[in-house]
Amino acid sequence: MVSPNSPTNPEGAASAPGTPRSIQDVVIRLAGNSQDGIQSIGGFLARLAGRSDQDVMTYMTIPSTISGGPSIFQVRMGTGDILSAGDRADMLVAFYQHSYEAHIGSLRPGGVLLYDSDHVTPAEGDNRFTYVACPITAGTVEAVGGTSKDKGKNIFVLGLIARVFDLDVAKLATLIKERFGGKDESIVRNSMLAFDAGYAWPQSNLRDLFYRFEAVDRAVSASGRPQVTMDGNMAIAYGLITGGVRHGAAYPITPWTSVMETLRVELPKYGGIFVQCEDEIASISTAIGFSYTGQLAMTGSSGPGISLKMEALGWATMAEMPLIVVNVQRGGPSTGLPTNVEQSDLMQAIYGSHGDTPRVVLAPKNVEDCFYIALEATRIARAYSTPVLILSDQGLSSRIEVFEEPDLAKLMVDPKPDRSERGADFKPYPLDRITRHAPPGSKILSGKYPTVSGLEHDELGHPSGSPKVHQQMTIKRREKLKQLAATLPAPELNGDSSGEVLLVTWGSSWGPGREALGRVRKAGVKAGHLHLRHIHPLPNDLEQVFARYHKIVVAELNDEGLYGYGQFAMMLRARYANPAISSVCKTDGLTFKVSEIVAGIAKHIESTELDATIGVMRKSALATS
Amino acid sequence: MSATALATPPLAPGAPLSKKVLVADHPTWCPGCGDFAVLASFYRVLEKLNYPHEKIVTFAGIGCSSRFPYFVNTHGGHFIHGRALPFAAGISLGGDDLHVFVFGGDGDGFSIGGNHLVHTARKNVNLTYVIMDNSVYGLTKKQTSPTSPIGFKSKTDPWGAMDQPINPMRTLLNSGATFVARSHATQVNHMTDMMLRAAKHPGFSVVEILSECVEFFEGAFDAANPRKGGRWTLIEEKKNDGSPEDANRHDVTDEVSAFKLAQQAWPGSFGVFYENNVRQTKNALEAGLIAKTRERTKNASDLAVLQATFAKMR
Ligand SMILES: Cc1ncc(C[n+]2csc(CCOP(=O)(O)OP(=O)(O)O)c2C)c(N)n1
Ligand code: SF4
Ligand SMILES: [Mg+2]
Repeated sequence: MVSPNSPTNPEGAASAPGTPRSIQDVVIRLAGNSQDGIQSIGGFLARLAGRSDQDVMTYMTIPSTISGGPSIFQVRMGTGDILSAGDRADMLVAFYQHSYEAHIGSLRPGGVLLYDSDHVTPAEGDNRFTYVACPITAGTVEAVGGTSKDKGKNIFVLGLIARVFDLDVAKLATLIKERFGGKDESIVRNSMLAFDAGYAWPQSNLRDLFYRFEAVDRAVSASGRPQVTMDGNMAIAYGLITGGVRHGAAYPITPWTSVMETLRVELPKYGGIFVQCEDEIASISTAIGFSYTGQLAMTGSSGPGISLKMEALGWATMAEMPLIVVNVQRGGPSTGLPTNVEQSDLMQAIYGSHGDTPRVVLAPKNVEDCFYIALEATRIARAYSTPVLILSDQGLSSRIEVFEEPDLAKLMVDPKPDRSERGADFKPYPLDRITRHAPPGSKILSGKYPTVSGLEHDELGHPSGSPKVHQQMTIKRREKLKQLAATLPAPELNGDSSGEVLLVTWGSSWGPGREALGRVRKAGVKAGHLHLRHIHPLPNDLEQVFARYHKIVVAELNDEGLYGYGQFAMMLRARYANPAISSVCKTDGLTFKVSEIVAGIAKHIESTELDATIGVMRKSALATS
Repeated sequence: MSATALATPPLAPGAPLSKKVLVADHPTWCPGCGDFAVLASFYRVLEKLNYPHEKIVTFAGIGCSSRFPYFVNTHGGHFIHGRALPFAAGISLGGDDLHVFVFGGDGDGFSIGGNHLVHTARKNVNLTYVIMDNSVYGLTKKQTSPTSPIGFKSKTDPWGAMDQPINPMRTLLNSGATFVARSHATQVNHMTDMMLRAAKHPGFSVVEILSECVEFFEGAFDAANPRKGGRWTLIEEKKNDGSPEDANRHDVTDEVSAFKLAQQAWPGSFGVFYENNVRQTKNALEAGLIAKTRERTKNASDLAVLQATFAKMR
């Protein structure tokens, strides 16, 4: 990452005051109170990124935990692919003394502290940073005037940021008008007043803090499709809609809730229904009832709500009913850390519920992938008549990213329940084929109507206590997922295709994992990064990939447990019996910092006989990178 | 393949539904179980309703009574304990042309499924729910149920049940069920009539049928069985014929009178306690929401709606 004040930035070092220095990306942390509209600054910047042809900015958020209380928003913008939120901030905007005190530690030495001089007095004598004092409150009041007091401080700051980073003012103005248009006209006017005041704040006060994002040669995408901006929960909702999901049921819980809010509002437009149920058990039950009518349905939740769904999920495996279950993971167990991220529901997703309950588990790697994973989940659920779990997480749920609009015309699935007449030989549970249910409304020519059941059953769905039938049906339910595994594409592998270490990630740890790979290789270590989106079943032939590295380090956001391995590492060790597999785990409720993964890898490399070959120089480079 | 080539053609086109095509697996209930009579009545109900065979759905939770769907040859199934109602709500809302019947026991409906009962009733989902109340847990062999009377000796209360049982009629009325009736498995004609009216009711209709478990609670409902020396009290419904005796008859649309009937001492009255044909079903409300929404989008195709939504996120 090249940061604004980075001394290694050659252009920056040479440029005269007032001339923009070229940068690749920047991390800005905004800290204030939630009523200050800090999140909406991020919203504007994201959408601006989506509409910029050259300067593509991607960013991430960290949501507030207490409503009405302190709130922060971290945005990383730049050109090229931005994969993680950034470990430390290059610029901190502090609205209050408490914001300054709580977040100054996240500003990297040499970074810029921009603070509201009406509220903040920085510590004297701390000369690690560049200080810019700006009367944000007074400036806003002065610009907007009237009764609005300091409302609009966020837009004032947006104007400041636009000036410092040479952002496209015309596009931002359009976005402000779009956002506030339709409301009282004075709101648009006041916002523009605040924006202009921030933008025009005396240049001399900003000293030489002017930057411009490097223009990268981005070949205009061949598709010519525009960029869209949304968070992970929205991407899941729209992925499901694209995949033909028209029915769902759920109960609210953070951070899952916004998926259901979106679907409740959106589905009627498509002739569908989303039901808010009395609890999570009713929700999954209603969703399976919908699916039973031949229309693939979804439910979802987080933490405790997922636990409540487990019995009914077992029914869906037993009755072989297609179903989508979204788990937006948060810190657990129990009520745990409701607004923090964790990847600790993996074992539950694969094995939760009683009995042998084979089912599919997928995990999106970023916001865009939330869309495509949801879409893939609908395809798999139908094709294999099985429940599919999507393991997203709190980090993805609240993070806004910019990505190329999917080719909706090509991807859109038109769902029609198949109520065609079924032949006399129809069986709901044939042993030699994948189950294809006949939903109610379909005539059965034999005159024998099928029962779907949570009791073990024979091919016709009749209850059976026969040990032989149970064994055969258990195999049937398992084998279809092995068939699925054989169709899965090889997972994404970056870096060296063989070497000292293979970093393995799943879910939202993809971004920091990719950045970590870059640093590790820069330090001279031959390394690869394997990322898995298909968690269960795993794609075939991974053992051949693992065999090409001395060490395999699995980074995941859960506890290393009693035996020293995270949940996915445990799975992989059991599956491949490969003693080279080890873990980098953490449970601080935050997404991985790149440096944490790098340090974790360094530790594992140190602990092997590779010590001698890596050499002291490279090892120390790794440790400090 | 043509239907005529089959060994046992199900139903000649246009022929009415008959018990012959409706029977399925032989019931696994104990000889003498009250549930047999409920099943026999239900065949008659289906014959009378004569719905298209493929559009009838019977579903259930878990319990002796919940085995019901295996014995009726229709689309159907057997869900988990206590959760058949939300499942059936999915069927009803997902397939508005289907005729959905749910069967279950007192434990399934009033204990583990109690909260679902309240909310399915409150939402007035269009389906018919038949509770076969034997005041005991039959399948798990004689534990106290939420309708077991105080003093009933079960394996979990060998000295006699101590907790106040729930009053099913009051619970159903209170939850907002729009059709509430009560019957007795020894009264086949009455039971048939109640289930028939429930099926025809638009909305959430419930019939509680006292159905004896001869194995674990013999004689539980003798107090309402004249052949066992009990008293069978029918609710006389208002006819609105202006006659003087009509003044004392029960107005099924009057919730307060229904509550009064529900307060009667054991064994109480049988018949329709309450019927509300005014409140809209959840099915109709959701259909209305869809219609209104689509009016706003001018009936745009799914793809056009989705593309417009994405355009706003650029
Ligand atoms: C979650 C769960 N808990 C407990 C059981 C065990 N169980 C099965 S049926 C039943 C009670 C059945 O009583 P009721 O609903 O009155 O039906 P009946 O057998 O009397 O007809 C119980 C406790 C179960 N199947 N699932
Ligand atoms: S145990 Fe009771 S309820 Fe169950 S089948 Fe036997 S008699 Fe009927
Ligand atoms: Mg019972």
